[in-house]
Amino acid sequence: MPEPASAVALTVNGALVTVERGTTVAAALLMAGVATRTSVYGEPRAPLCGMGICFECRVTIDGVSHQRSCQILCEPGMHVTAPATESTNNAEGRQSSHREA
Amino acid sequence: MPASPANDHFDLLVIGAGPAGIAAAVTAADAGLRAALVDDNPRPGGQIWRGGAHLPAPARQWLARLDGSSVVRLQGWRVFDAPEPNLVLAEQNGATDKTANANPALAVLHYGKLVLATGARERFLPFPGWTLPNVMGAGGLDALVRAGLPIAGKCVVVAGTGPLLLAVAAHLAERGARIAAVCEQAPRSRLATFAAHLFFEPGKLWQGARYRWAARTGRFLTSCWPVAALGGDRLRSVTLRRGSRQWNVACDYLACGFHLVPDTELPALLGCRIVDGFIATDELLETSLPGVYCAGEPTGIGGVDLSVLEGQIAALAVCGKTAEARLLARKRRRRLGFVHALEQACVLDPELRALATNETIVCRCEDVPCAALRERDGWREAKLLTRCGMGPCQGRICGAAAEFLFGWRAESVRPPIFPALVSSLAWGPARQTQNFSAAGALSENSKETP
Repeated sequence: MPEPASAVALTVNGALVTVERGTTVAAALLMAGVATRTSVYGEPRAPLCGMGICFECRVTIDGVSHQRSCQILCEPGMHVTAPATESTNNAEGRQSSHREA
Repeated sequence: MPASPANDHFDLLVIGAGPAGIAAAVTAADAGLRAALVDDNPRPGGQIWRGGAHLPAPARQWLARLDGSSVVRLQGWRVFDAPEPNLVLAEQNGATDKTANANPALAVLHYGKLVLATGARERFLPFPGWTLPNVMGAGGLDALVRAGLPIAGKCVVVAGTGPLLLAVAAHLAERGARIAAVCEQAPRSRLATFAAHLFFEPGKLWQGARYRWAARTGRFLTSCWPVAALGGDRLRSVTLRRGSRQWNVACDYLACGFHLVPDTELPALLGCRIVDGFIATDELLETSLPGVYCAGEPTGIGGVDLSVLEGQIAALAVCGKTAEARLLARKRRRRLGFVHALEQACVLDPELRALATNETIVCRCEDVPCAALRERDGWREAKLLTRCGMGPCQGRICGAAAEFLFGWRAESVRPPIFPALVSSLAWGPARQTQNFSAAGALSENSKETP
């Protein structure tokens, strides 16, 4: 377990997640088992390239959408929202996620 | 109104803080130049020198030299445009139009000389199921593990082509992962030629050690690749094929990358001459544009040692230390055989083209299936009629796949090369209203899709 001094607590879709300092948001999302976005056809997606190229890991961080979570480090008190959870079972997923994309 | 952008002039601007970029910036700063280093990642080191404590000694030494140098660092900034000669625009990751009011989200970077050390990314080939969560690049999974993802106890299949596969497998094993298989698409005969080459490259011997590790564990399969990734909401298993044999392997992650392709968007935007996908340079690494140099993977995929050497050569040339630069250039020339051998070893088996079925998504941003692309005449037509390559990644992932599948090559690059805030995009047109009356055409829509 990480030492308290090196731990960072943030929320992912409202749930508290604790990671070691220096962890990227993408790694935290994978640890939480959360898909990052819903594709145009409604598929769940998660990080692919891990290095800021593919944009599959983009999420909303502290209210700011389209952030590449692999390029941003977890900060204490950060609120991360992965839109995938909002529209996975949405019949209109294709429409809404296309706008999101 | 947004805060005024950070506006500065540097003798040398280096783009990309991987081994080549760090070596270039540090070498130039040591010679007394005012140098700046811009990089998209949260930490310096690029992809190969990621992850602090676990790095080899040369990496730690260069990173320490960077810390002790006078190099001005913009870490976590992405360059999105080069609207005028000797000028690039960069935006801070995580900045918003709202915070841009208080903190400059935009950096206007003027330079005398430029070193492009933009690095490389993995080549991804589409196959059924490759869009499932937990199917990642080989370097991609490695990067995420170095960025904090726990891997101990997880079962991983590593697949694709290139020496990176073994490096990744060995590293993940060190971290406690169970490596079910390492599948290399190239035949064993071709790898033997390449492995023999390693013995003439003392700096590459560590890779030889990886080969021995793989041979010992007995899970290194040549002429072998994944034909499908299976699972509902995430990956559960991978179907592998070797010759006529096909079988299923349960796993938590599939780390799959088919060697590397250089990041040439920015050099292309600037107008550097590109030959066969790589940036053309002279012996001292100056591109077709005077004062613009290129170092590292965009000149040819040659690995970390060659990248460091090229960073040093470019910086010495920029400083006018031509004799020293030529000395290192001779050393570089001797290593170019390795670049060629690597390229030969990683040539893709034509059978891999058959992996993508009609339904397989090729463009992940826009969910364009392979069938929709087969009927198209080229990349441009595919973009216009199917939106392939038109999403936020701008064809960085599907472009290399389409090149292999259909022989298309992206013809042009247009700014912004990364999505940017409206306030950042407004900088250029606002300055150039005397030239462009259409500055008002900027709208919210231009934020994501240029």
